[in-house]
Amino acid sequence: MSTPSAISGQTDQQKSKAAAPRLARKIRLRFNRALLIVLAAAGAVLFLTPWVWMILTAGKETAMIWRVPPVWIPPTYRWENYLEAWSQGNFSVFYLNTTFIAVMNVIAAVLSCCLAAYAFGRIRFPGRDLLFILVLSTMMLPTQVTLIPLFMIFSQLGWVNTFKPLVVPLFFGDAFSIFLLRQFFLTLPRELDDAALIDGCSRLGVLFRILLPLMRAPLTVVAVFQFTYTWNDFFAPLIYLNSPELFTITLGLTRFQGRTTTDLQYLMAMTVVSTLVPIIIFFLTQRTFIQGVVITGIKG
Amino acid sequence: MTTSRSFWHLGLSQRKQDIITGYLCILPWLIGFLSFVLGPMIFSFGLSFYESDLLTQSYFIGLRNYQELFRDELFWQSLRVTAIYAFGAVPLGTLMALLIALLLNQNLPGLGIWRTIYYLPAVISGVAVSLLWLQIFNPRAGLINNALAIFGIQGPAWLYSSTWALPALIIMSVWGVGANMLLYLAGLQGIPTHLYEAATIDGANAIRRFWHITVPMLTPTIFFNVIITLIGSFQFFTQAFVMTEGGPNNATLSMVLYLYRKAFQQIRFGYASAVAWILFAIIISLTLALQYSSKRWVYYEGEDKK
Repeated sequence: MSTPSAISGQTDQQKSKAAAPRLARKIRLRFNRALLIVLAAAGAVLFLTPWVWMILTAGKETAMIWRVPPVWIPPTYRWENYLEAWSQGNFSVFYLNTTFIAVMNVIAAVLSCCLAAYAFGRIRFPGRDLLFILVLSTMMLPTQVTLIPLFMIFSQLGWVNTFKPLVVPLFFGDAFSIFLLRQFFLTLPRELDDAALIDGCSRLGVLFRILLPLMRAPLTVVAVFQFTYTWNDFFAPLIYLNSPELFTITLGLTRFQGRTTTDLQYLMAMTVVSTLVPIIIFFLTQRTFIQGVVITGIKG
Repeated sequence: MTTSRSFWHLGLSQRKQDIITGYLCILPWLIGFLSFVLGPMIFSFGLSFYESDLLTQSYFIGLRNYQELFRDELFWQSLRVTAIYAFGAVPLGTLMALLIALLLNQNLPGLGIWRTIYYLPAVISGVAVSLLWLQIFNPRAGLINNALAIFGIQGPAWLYSSTWALPALIIMSVWGVGANMLLYLAGLQGIPTHLYEAATIDGANAIRRFWHITVPMLTPTIFFNVIITLIGSFQFFTQAFVMTEGGPNNATLSMVLYLYRKAFQQIRFGYASAVAWILFAIIISLTLALQYSSKRWVYYEGEDKK
């Protein structure tokens, strides 16, 4: 048939002539795509292997670990390792301490940063922009430069070897969270504020009655970030906590490390458990969590 | 509508109320900034000119801390170690994060799962990562050397060798690029597709499209990522502390570890403050240098070239 097709404007002859290179291109695209999937999968396997190895090692017996050639998969998974390691290392205390500090920090951060971010994002007052630049600059500050005087101050106050240095500063805001919340405040339409103000609402009233109910997502992000950061923190507890009863999980793990030189399975078991809480939280809040990472990365 | 009868209703204008409310809201942050940031910074700067052990004695010694610092072989070692680590981990990490982001940007089925697999290591504590990789690098029973043995390669002593310890830490840092990868992924997804379409029509192949569209459009994200990662790498501490204690033979003595020892083991707070300020100066210089160079290679949408 040599009448041109209504759709492509080509005759059958033209179409079959064009078919061969088009098919080749299609195969090439499929192959490229398959190659990329294979690469992504290979990378994923490499990234997963440490986890798998950690979990497998946690279930081995001592003899199995040091054997050469190695025993990759233990014939029976020794769940008792977890219980034995937990009680040997006295981990209940560590988990209680860490939970307390993390929860306190979340409350502190949400309270103080919400207020500050609201002011920086919604209220006009002289010096606001200059002060916000200061907030931003503290985000880039290496903490070592304030570390020693802070230690000295807390020492003089008698706060060393208590939870106070780890919790109190968060009641005064955290630059990162302020930045995040301000970004969100900037996206809310001003008409909401204006309407409420005209009706006689105060600025703070606008925050608590109108804006706060809209802020579940960004507050979740701040809470999750703060909780995870505090849960995983090592440096601050290392500096300020001396008595084992006050140790956080990170400190407890390193202490446990010193006492389990050949019993790697115990150390791995407790390491596995230490990762559970952040992972669970991540899975529960995945979308908002990743959104938060992205928002902070894309400079507003 | 209920009218708020808070005490703000003092007959002040909205503007004046705003000023009061604004400052009250940022007051906690402001107090924190002065007490926990600015104050300590000034204090630590002054402290660097003293010899101090906090409790019993502090006396002014002028520039002697800095002089001693520049003569201390251990300080230079720590600087060397930190620089090698940073300038190894940052390019490697950036490359890997970009590669993975590019791979994941191909409309793969189940993107969420891929993303999770690559991001999950960034969610756990540095201590957990360090303890895990400490075992993975174990020369006898560890994963890496046993995997290499399958291919007939005799793996090095990794963390027990002064040549291989730092490379081991750099390799380990790649496992944590998940967060950077997310940023690149977001950046990639923000590149308008019409650019690619136009290029394809003009006959550009995939490689040209990559170099002339993808990379330039990504430069802001790369810039931000590199600065953040660089600042973080210069402060690396946990790995060195937990895995090698700075050894073997100070091969992994990071600057922050050096600082930590001077402050909390030798109790020399003045000297440690001097080290902190040197570190701060280095980080600021690098950041400014990157910032300055960014004019050359970072392309922002909506700016005219030249």
